[in-house]
Amino acid sequence: MALKLNQSEFIIERDENKCISCQVCVRQCSNDVHEYDSEGDMIYSDSLKCVGCHRCESLCPTGALKIKERKSQFRTNYNWSASHLRDIYRQADSGGVLLTGMGCDKPYTVYWDRILFNASQVTNPSIDPLREPMEIKTFIGRKPDRLEFKSSRSSKNTGVRLKTKMSPQLELSTPIMFSAMSYGSISLNACRSLAAAASQFGTYYNTGEGGMHKDLYEYAKNTIIQVASGRFGVDADYLNKGSAVEIKIGQGAKPGIGGHLPGEKVTKDISNTRMIPEGTDALSPAPHHDIYSIEDLAQLINALKEATDWSKPVGVKVSAVHNIAPIASGIVRAGADFIAIDGLRGGTGAAPQIIRDNVGIPIELAVASVDERLREEGIRHKASIIAGGSIRSSSDAIKAIALGADAVYIATAALIAMGCHLCQKCYTGKCNWGIATQDPYLTKRLNPEIGTRRLLNLLRSWSLEIKEMLGGAGINAIESLKGNREHLRGIGLNDRELEVLGIKHAGEAW
Amino acid sequence: MPERPGEVKMKKIYIQEEYCIGCRLCEIYCQVKHSKSKKIIKAYREELIDVLPRVLVEEIGYNSFAIQCRHCADAPCVAACISGAMQKNKNTGVVTCDEDKCVGCWSCIMVCPYGVIRRDLSGKKIASKCDLCVDEEIPVCVKNCPNEALKFIEKDENEKN
Repeated sequence: MALKLNQSEFIIERDENKCISCQVCVRQCSNDVHEYDSEGDMIYSDSLKCVGCHRCESLCPTGALKIKERKSQFRTNYNWSASHLRDIYRQADSGGVLLTGMGCDKPYTVYWDRILFNASQVTNPSIDPLREPMEIKTFIGRKPDRLEFKSSRSSKNTGVRLKTKMSPQLELSTPIMFSAMSYGSISLNACRSLAAAASQFGTYYNTGEGGMHKDLYEYAKNTIIQVASGRFGVDADYLNKGSAVEIKIGQGAKPGIGGHLPGEKVTKDISNTRMIPEGTDALSPAPHHDIYSIEDLAQLINALKEATDWSKPVGVKVSAVHNIAPIASGIVRAGADFIAIDGLRGGTGAAPQIIRDNVGIPIELAVASVDERLREEGIRHKASIIAGGSIRSSSDAIKAIALGADAVYIATAALIAMGCHLCQKCYTGKCNWGIATQDPYLTKRLNPEIGTRRLLNLLRSWSLEIKEMLGGAGINAIESLKGNREHLRGIGLNDRELEVLGIKHAGEAW
Repeated sequence: MPERPGEVKMKKIYIQEEYCIGCRLCEIYCQVKHSKSKKIIKAYREELIDVLPRVLVEEIGYNSFAIQCRHCADAPCVAACISGAMQKNKNTGVVTCDEDKCVGCWSCIMVCPYGVIRRDLSGKKIASKCDLCVDEEIPVCVKNCPNEALKFIEKDENEKN
C-alpha cells in the first residue's frame, strides 16, 4: 500500500562530519534501518523502520549517530493522543490485535514514587552497615504456626534444639530473585546469564514456562521450576530438578491471557526443551484446564508436592487483579508455600497492548492488601509473598518489603542490566541486543560471561543499597522490616490510597 | 607436553567465535591504530587508503570470527622469508615484519596457514600483519570488542577456560 498514514517515532540523526561509513550500524540493525550505498560511500537510514533500541548508537565508534524520540507531528489534542492515532492507523492497516512487549507504560500513578522511607534520628541509633553486621538473608516457604523446642539435659549436650519440623524453604542471600522468563521468550544466553548470576549470588532464577534446557542443569540448585497452563517441558524429572516449583496462573502484563510462542521461534533446541514438535506454535491456554477452583488448585499443589516428595516449596504466581486479597487467601489455604504477585507493570515477551495497558492493578496496592488480608485471617505465616511487576530500584524493593513482601522478583531490571533498551519490540523476535530472540545472528550478541557479570553487579549494588537504607532506619535485619509499614509515609496520596497501602501520610507521626 | 621449538610463554589473542557478532569494530580500531594520526575520523577520511586492517573478520552465515596472526611457535612465514624481514622475537614471541627489509616477494603470504598476512600495495610492497600492538597493554582489537569475543591471555589460561 502506497498510502502511509503513520509517522516514524524516531529521528535518526547522523552527523556526516563524524560518520566514517564503517557500516557497523548497517551490520548491527536487525530492522534493516541503515543501508550502505557503495557508489556514493554513504549510509542512508529509514527512520520509519527504527524501533528506538539504540543498538547502532551504542556501537557507533565515532558517536555519529543519535536516535531521538520524534515529537509527534499528528494533529493531536487532549483527548486524542499520538498513541491513539498511531494505534488506529496500525490497526486499520493490519486488522489485527496490536501486540507489544515489556510492561505497561501508561501514566498511572507509580506508588513507589509516592512513598518515602524512614530513617533514625536521636531516639534510636542508625547502623553503619559497613562496620556492623547487617542481615539481608531471607527465607521463602511456609513457616510453622509455633516453634517448639526441646532442651537436652544430658551431661554432654546442654543446648536447646528445635523440635518443630520445618517446611522446605528457599534460602536467599538477598531478597531479590529473577522472575520467570522462559527459554523461548528469551535466548539461551540470557537464561544462562540469569542462572549463573543467581547461582553465584545465592539467589534464584525462574525457568518460566518453557522447561529447562540441559545446559542450565548445573544451576539447578538455584532454579525455581515453573509449571504453567501449557505444561511445556514438564515431567517428573523436570519438577525435581529445581529447588522450588511455581504454578503460574497469571502474569501481570496479561492477566487472564495465555501465551503464544510462534512456531518459527520453536527451534530444535526449544522443541526439545519444551517437549513439543519443532516449528509448531507453543500455545499456553488462558486458564489451566484442570484448575477451575481453589479446590482444583489445591489438588495440583498437592500433586506437585507428592511428585517432589514434599521436599520443595510449591508456590503459585498470580497477576494482581481486583480481588487479589481473597484470591491470595484461597491460594494459601490451598497449600501454597509462597505466592508470587505480578503487578500491572510487569513485563512480557508479547501481549495484546490493550490488555497490558488496561488490565490489573499496581503491585504496591496488591502487596499491601494481600499482606493485610492474610494477617487479618491469621495465615500470613503460612506462605511467603513475592512481589514483582516493575521493581525498578533497590528502593522499590525495600518499599515492597516494608509493605509486606518477603522478597521481590525482578525481570525487566535484569534485562536492562544485560543491555535491554526497552524498545518494547520483544514480540518481533528481532531483539538487537540478543535477549528476546532466537535468531542465531542475534543471540550471540549477548555474551553470557558479560551478562552474568552485569547481573551480579546489579544484585550486589542493590543489596548494598538495601543495607544502607536498612541501617539508616536503625534496622539490622531485613526480616524486621517485613510488613513494617511504620517505616513508610505517603506523599501526595489521598485518604483511600493511604488506607489501602496501610501507611500514614508524610508529616503524620504517632 | 614437550615445548615446541620457538614456543615462548606469551599472551596471545584467542577467539571465542560463538560471541563474535560480526560488527567489524576490531578491523576498524586496528586500522586506526596503524594509521598515521591514530584519530579515527581523520584516519578514515584522509589516511584510510594507506592502512589495511591486520585482523580479518571471516563470516559464513551467522558464524563469524576475527582472526589475526597466531604468532606461531614454529612460524612458517619466518622460515619462508627470503630477506630476513619476518622475525620472531625470541623473548616476546611476537612475529613482526621489518618493513625496511621486506622486498615484497610475499612468500609469507603463500605459506601462512591462516591467511592472515596481506599484501599492502600502498607505498613499498610489503606484507601487512598483526604486530600484537606491542606498545599497548592490550591489543586494540581485543580492547574494543563490544562482546568480549577476543581474549588476550596466556595459553594455559585459555586451556583452563
